[in-house]
Amino acid sequence: MSAPTTTRPGSASRPDRRTDRQRAPGGPQQRHVTFWTRMRRDGGLLLLAVPGIILTLLFHYVPLLGNVIAFKDYQPYIGILEAPWVGFENFSIIINGDPAFLNALKNTLVISLIQIVVVFPVPLALALLLNSLMGEKVKRVVQSVLYMPHFMSWVIVVAIFQHILGNGGLYNNFARMNDLPLLELVGNPDLFIPLITSQVIWKDAGWGMIIFLAAISRVDLEQYEAVAVDGGGRWRQLWHVTLPAIRGVVILLLILRLGDALTVGFEQIYLQQTAVGLQASEVLDTYVYNRGVVGGNWSSSAAVGLVKGVVGTILVLGANKVAHMLGQAGVYQKEQK
Amino acid sequence: MTTVTASQRQQRLRNINGARPPGIPMRATKGLVLLIACLLVIVPFVVVVSTSLATPDQIRDAGGYVLWPENPTFAAYESIFRGGVVTRATLVSIGVTVVGSGLSVTVVALLAYGLSRPGTVLHRPILLMVLFTMLFNAGMIPNYLLIKELGLIDSYWSLILPTLVSGFQVVLMRAFFMEVPKELIDAARIDGASELRILATVMLPLSKAAIAVIALFNAVGYWNAFFNAVLYMNSVEKWPLQLVVRTYVVEGSAVGVDAGAEVIPPQQALQMAIVVVSLIPILLVYPFLQKHFAKGVIIGAVKG
Repeated sequence: MSAPTTTRPGSASRPDRRTDRQRAPGGPQQRHVTFWTRMRRDGGLLLLAVPGIILTLLFHYVPLLGNVIAFKDYQPYIGILEAPWVGFENFSIIINGDPAFLNALKNTLVISLIQIVVVFPVPLALALLLNSLMGEKVKRVVQSVLYMPHFMSWVIVVAIFQHILGNGGLYNNFARMNDLPLLELVGNPDLFIPLITSQVIWKDAGWGMIIFLAAISRVDLEQYEAVAVDGGGRWRQLWHVTLPAIRGVVILLLILRLGDALTVGFEQIYLQQTAVGLQASEVLDTYVYNRGVVGGNWSSSAAVGLVKGVVGTILVLGANKVAHMLGQAGVYQKEQK
Repeated sequence: MTTVTASQRQQRLRNINGARPPGIPMRATKGLVLLIACLLVIVPFVVVVSTSLATPDQIRDAGGYVLWPENPTFAAYESIFRGGVVTRATLVSIGVTVVGSGLSVTVVALLAYGLSRPGTVLHRPILLMVLFTMLFNAGMIPNYLLIKELGLIDSYWSLILPTLVSGFQVVLMRAFFMEVPKELIDAARIDGASELRILATVMLPLSKAAIAVIALFNAVGYWNAFFNAVLYMNSVEKWPLQLVVRTYVVEGSAVGVDAGAEVIPPQQALQMAIVVVSLIPILLVYPFLQKHFAKGVIIGAVKG
């Protein structure tokens, strides 16, 4: 970059092919080569990336532009470009605190908070428990069983819960035949949060465990020996070695989870919404869906979606920033060489 | 640091340093907790499979669900596969999964390879463009409008294209590619191989694990995809299996069975059979998932 090149290909008409090759996969110290020379050198490589680039632009960046309808009065038959601008009018349901919106916001935050407090520690506890077991084989079997549900779709998980715990499900049928207390969990608005919380744990706790187990397996064994030499038992090893060693990972995951606070499983909640009603189950994502796609209020629900997206991105960026400040890698980091 | 190599050595070390092995009550408690956790996963699963195989009499006597089928019968499967909604939906799901994951692996590999050599012209902006997609989501309404403007409503492509490239998968694949020694690429280039040829003959064979991870990620994703189908697929004939599960199993609408069937299996058996059908592919690939996934996820998490 800084060192001026002695053999600059002035007109770039005949670049020396040999030097091109030497430079090819960029060493850390790049000499100045004109853009077009580099383009000619790397063009073949970049050409391969084109389909991926186009798809990324089309399905990730173009929709960003579609958010302009939040500032327009969009009607499907008018079209996005022709729709008249209305400024921030569509945001009025947020600004004026539309009750349905506030309800969705409240449910989102409550569910999110519960998931952080209740769901987050479960995989960690499972990992510590599993790690303290002796048999390597037992460990592997338990692990395999526990993270299987992660690969099931939400539809299947909801279906299984309904058929096992639902009013006409396995347990309640059994309870009726044997005069046991019934379990009114599925379809009960008052117990909606415990229901979805238990579903999330059932589906993903085993999966979440993996990353903690990986962190634990990196702990230096000599530290355990040191504790043992000092006469410390297993609890002391846990307290003074394991937990401090994985603190970084725990904090990182917690921060990232906080960054996702406005997103609580859309599919899971949407699937069970008819059974419990909107009051208990409407969250921001379902609100946008019900109001926009179902109700046809495209512009105002796009406004809600936009605010949610912006706040969500800020939360993720903020969470990542905090992770950096704590000396963790975060979701993304400065690209290594 | 040196732990991953031999877990047995780690085990032995731990045995030595465990100053006081935990007492029997402690071990029993731990074992019990984990046993219960495992049963919570296994029992529902067994009930689903058993009920799908049970005879109508047994289901009636047991009050709807059985833990173990006494005279297993495939009647439920026969009636859902007699060419009705479930048969069609299964074919749709298989098609979308195969085409989607095939294309996805191809496009992700091409993009990741294009970005696998820092110093390539435009490397940074393109990489940043891909990485940024991991931080934001345009939102449901604009995504819907895009699909609509592209004329993809009710088209199978609406299930395939939007999720074809994921930033996470590109990062994962790129990390694998970057571990391939540069000398191999240079050697191939000296032999006059084109970039595509280098990718196909040098990189891919050395990154089979990465291919497997990405392919499985996508296959599971496409097979399980539900929400895009809800949004974009209006006509029932084009529904993938997950929507059929929603309608017939979660909402409990009548299962479309061939009217000419002599013996119609009970509703529960049919519903559970549909669940089993939608689980089979997952179970088939599970051993591979297990092997590659944990590794892939950890690499992805570390190298992000």
